[in-house]
Amino acid sequence: MALTIEEVRHIARLARLRLTPDEEQRYAEQLSAILDYAARLSRVDTSAIPPTAGMSPFAAPLRTDDPRASLARERALANAPAAEDGFFRVPPVLES
Amino acid sequence: MSDPTELTLLQAAAALRSGEVSSRELTRACLDRISSLDPKLHAFLALTPELAEAQAAEADRRLAEARRHSSSAWPLTLGIPIAVKDVLCVRDVPTTAGSRILEGFRPPYNATAVQRLVEAGAVILGKTNTDEFAMGSSTENSGFGVTHNPWNLARVPGGSSGGSAAAVAARLSFAGLGSDTGGSIRQPAAFCGVTGLKPSYGRVSRYGLIAYGSSLDSVGCLARSAADLVPVYQAMAGHDPHDSTSAQEPVAPAELNGDVRRLRIGVPEEYFIEGIQPAVEQAVLAAVDVFSQLGATVTRIHLPHTDLALPVYYLIAPAEASANLARYDGVRFGPRRGGQDLAAQYLTTRGELFGSEVKRRIMLGTYALSAGYYDAYYGQAQKVRTLIRDDFDRAFTEVDVIACPVAPTTAFGIGQHGDDPLSMYLEDVFTLPANLAGIPAVAFPVGFDQDGLPVGMQLHGPRWTEHALLRAADAYQRATDWHVRRPELSAA
Repeated sequence: MALTIEEVRHIARLARLRLTPDEEQRYAEQLSAILDYAARLSRVDTSAIPPTAGMSPFAAPLRTDDPRASLARERALANAPAAEDGFFRVPPVLES
Repeated sequence: MSDPTELTLLQAAAALRSGEVSSRELTRACLDRISSLDPKLHAFLALTPELAEAQAAEADRRLAEARRHSSSAWPLTLGIPIAVKDVLCVRDVPTTAGSRILEGFRPPYNATAVQRLVEAGAVILGKTNTDEFAMGSSTENSGFGVTHNPWNLARVPGGSSGGSAAAVAARLSFAGLGSDTGGSIRQPAAFCGVTGLKPSYGRVSRYGLIAYGSSLDSVGCLARSAADLVPVYQAMAGHDPHDSTSAQEPVAPAELNGDVRRLRIGVPEEYFIEGIQPAVEQAVLAAVDVFSQLGATVTRIHLPHTDLALPVYYLIAPAEASANLARYDGVRFGPRRGGQDLAAQYLTTRGELFGSEVKRRIMLGTYALSAGYYDAYYGQAQKVRTLIRDDFDRAFTEVDVIACPVAPTTAFGIGQHGDDPLSMYLEDVFTLPANLAGIPAVAFPVGFDQDGLPVGMQLHGPRWTEHALLRAADAYQRATDWHVRRPELSAA
């Protein structure tokens, strides 16, 4: 199946990726080729097959909800490109 | 002592124990060899000489104390220099996962695998190169330049743990840590002529491993032999409350005794396909004969859904990656690009700082998970994954281990796959099934092709049988000397 440029732009928006026109063109072609290859999966009858989602054979482990020390705030902020007053600083989300 | 980098990990541990060499001397010898050879290889993204020297001094202190008390109860990794793939967090050491989007990131904690080795006295030399976010089979996708294969500098070392594989092959380090999501330890081990272990899913904690495909990722190690892998693997393995998928199952001791007489080996027809390099097929079948001469029983088996592993993997892994990589948005770590508002910052930071393979997989995964396509792609891939697991379960009722090639070819040329992602993905065809089934596998050298490049074979076993795989690989290595051969390298 061939992905259109419009579909590629839609996926890029969902994935929060700004692509150049060159990239849009290239990904349209390459993703189409990969999806064509993946189409062979549709020929397998899986009507009676349960999905494998994860590999863990264990039930989700539980623990008691005891308070414990966590990462110090200044350590958590140390890698941020911008921080202020103990918070991550980001550009405006809404226009003022 | 003559050049201590020539020692195996176990020989180095014995020399440390007897006091013949110090950890500081081993560490200095590795760092010197790195400064003379790594300009050619580019196995390392960051070196940590100050950390290494402090850890080596501490190891020497512990060794001296143990000798004073005539104690033999110290870990074999005490004082041994190792290299860490740059997808594992090392506290305060630059950790990039090979991506410009994490340039400058210094983790506030150690990954559990790293922490356990540090506690067991290992010395960290530095961080090794990887395809960006471990997505690739050659290290060509690294945001910081390709690593060269020590056997031939014009060839790739494999990937994504290509830096660790090259470092071990070139004797820059006694062992290397890696991660394996679809073959990223085994394929570079094969391409560089070293031994690599991909443990069962859940065997080694993923805490502090930069996530790629969370249902597939496993942390493991590379070294010059199966025997050298044992202490590194055993230091890392075991339950960790920080990883909810970490297994409670006890870690069995490896007990290497060279005995494979009761071992039943299955050779799957589906792994000897058209297009496989003849030298690879011959070397692997010859290695199977060695096992048979050592007393193992060999039978032909079938894993009928093998050819579906590739499309299954290239839907599931990108789907998981598209979710895992949502966190790289220029807010909490890494550089930030552009944007008058937050939405523009997300788009620009991610668009400019992710490399092309990472963007391709995020796009593919986002598509496979998107409304209207989920059932046809991601849902169907999960169901076929069950069939691939069932193939192995059925085979392991008849045989103990499954022997097959690691990759269809030996190390390919840098740039050979150009901008053709599907042809690169086909390199992974023999390594993906183990990750989809969550089972362990060990890769080790079994010969060379006509160009002098190493050929690798892998043994798969049921979950939690790492010890049996290491024992079998060690038995082979006691009978052969492929793993002892070393590439000729001279300083730049």
